[in-house]
Parts: sequence; structure tokens; C-alpha cells
Amino acid sequence: MKFTKHQRVEILEGDLTPMIDMTFQLIAFFMLLINFSEVDRAEEITLPSSVLAVAPEVRPDYQIILNLEPSGKVKFEGQEFDQIDMLGPIFRKEISAAAREDVTNPGDIAVIIRSHEDTPTGLVQDLIAKCQEESLESFSLRVKEQVRR
Amino acid sequence: MRLKETEPEEIKLNMTAMIDIVFQLLVFFIMTFKVVAMEGDFNIRMPLASQNQEESMDEDFPTIIYVQLAAGTNGNINSIIVDDDTTFSDTDMYSKLTQLVESKIAAEGNPEDSKETEVEFDIARELKYSYTVKAIEAVSGKVVDGQIKKLIQKIKFKDSTSF
Repeated sequence: MKFTKHQRVEILEGDLTPMIDMTFQLIAFFMLLINFSEVDRAEEITLPSSVLAVAPEVRPDYQIILNLEPSGKVKFEGQEFDQIDMLGPIFRKEISAAAREDVTNPGDIAVIIRSHEDTPTGLVQDLIAKCQEESLESFSLRVKEQVRR
Repeated sequence: MRLKETEPEEIKLNMTAMIDIVFQLLVFFIMTFKVVAMEGDFNIRMPLASQNQEESMDEDFPTIIYVQLAAGTNGNINSIIVDDDTTFSDTDMYSKLTQLVESKIAAEGNPEDSKETEVEFDIARELKYSYTVKAIEAVSGKVVDGQIKKLIQKIKFKDSTSF
């Protein structure tokens, strides 16, 4: 009996091009949407919502984001302060840091207050008054954007 | 001499390493991706009391609407009192406040001058912040056909804490 000559075994290779294309598109999508600046947001704070609130078009030259909890705790850049009165040294440090970035007038520093919707308004007023003690005058009350009907 | 023709060999790149890294990147971005709600600001400026007094010497006194927010139980809103003579305490108190502010601006003659009108809030300390924001929203403007119509731009808190 005569055996036929062995055929060469070919390696089957799928065409990976569409998969790689799609994967790169997904990576590009997530890269564009990812926002590392969200570290300033305290996720446990539920903001009040408003239809009139407008997202800032231009980022201020220097900003301080203060997260205020209903208990009166203030979170700033990952640090937690039990009382509003403890914020004085932090504000002075931030004013110095702003001056190094050519924002010499403390009044030009944007203070963004992210307060929980259940926080007593008195605490928000206390926080504003504390900022004013350190010559900070420009404030933004941050709220969740509500869809207009 | 006759050269033997050889078939050109197909050059194959090893894609395995690249695909590994690409998938790792993809997993990283998927894991760190968070859907967050859009946020907006009520931009306010609160000049210090001393500067404010100096400036106010040079300017005409603006019309001030006094709005008092009274708290009920558990920090909920109880009523809105405007200029000590009008009280709203029903469910649509905020829309009534907007209407009143609008009518006061219209009564001044020129709606374009509404920038000169101020609102001074006297807010109960225990009132929940969400009600305060609703009141600020009510005097700041309203939405007409999907467009924002601005009303009062200058807002103050009582005790010289002014927006």
C-alpha cells in the first residue's frame, strides 16, 4: 500500500485586524472620558439639584473645593476636618500656593462649596464666613444640573 | 549558473504582546470609568463688608427684596416671607416667589435694570441646604421654553454676608 505524501499542516490564523481596531477605539473612548480631576469630589455628598445651574465654561485660575457634610465635617483634598474653625491654616496655605501661581489677590481664588443637600444652611454660612475671614470673596455653590423641560 | 527561485517568505509579526497590553489598558479604563452627574454652579461674589461699604458710597442704593426662609420640623421649609408682608407656605411657594420677584422687577419699569435689584435672604440656620438652593434658584431666574430667563443676580445673606 502506498501512502500519499503528507500534506503540510498549515497554522490557522484568524484575522485580528477588526478586533484590534475595535479595541483601540474602546481605549480611545475611555481615555477621552476619564477624568482624573474628580478626586476633589466626595462621592458620599449628594448635591441639591437645579435647572438654572450652569457648568463653568472656564476653569478658574485657582480654586478651592470644599465638601461640606451635614455633620459639619469638611473634606478638602482628601483631608477631613471635624470643625469649620480648623480650616484657617489650610486657607492661608492655599492663598500662599495661589500666590506662587500668580493669583496674588485672595479675592480671585474661586471657593467652590459642595454641600450635602441636608446640611443645615447655618453651617454653609459659617463656612462662607470662615473663608471671608481669610479674605476669600469669590464663591460658587455647586449643585447638580437638572435637565430642563 | 542558474539560480533557483525561492518563494518570498511571509513576514509575520507577533501580535501577542501588543494585544496583551491593549487588553490590560482596556480593562484599566473600564474599571476606573465612572458615570458622574454633570454639576453646575451658582456663581456668587461676596465682597468683604468693609469694601462693600466703600463701594456702596459711590453707587445708588439698589432696591432690596427681603426674603425670609422659615424652617419647620426636621429642617424642612415652613414658609417664605417676602418684605415682611407676603407669606407663602403652600407647596408651590417657590414658583410664587419667582412670580412675585418678576412682578417687582416689572413694577420698577425697566426689566433690564433687574441687575440693580438685590435679594437679601434671612435663612433659619437649621433649614436644609436644598431648600436654600431652591429659593436662590427661584429668585435667580426661571426656565421659559427651555431657555433661562435671568431675574436677580445680586443675592445677599443677612448679617452682612453678601453674595
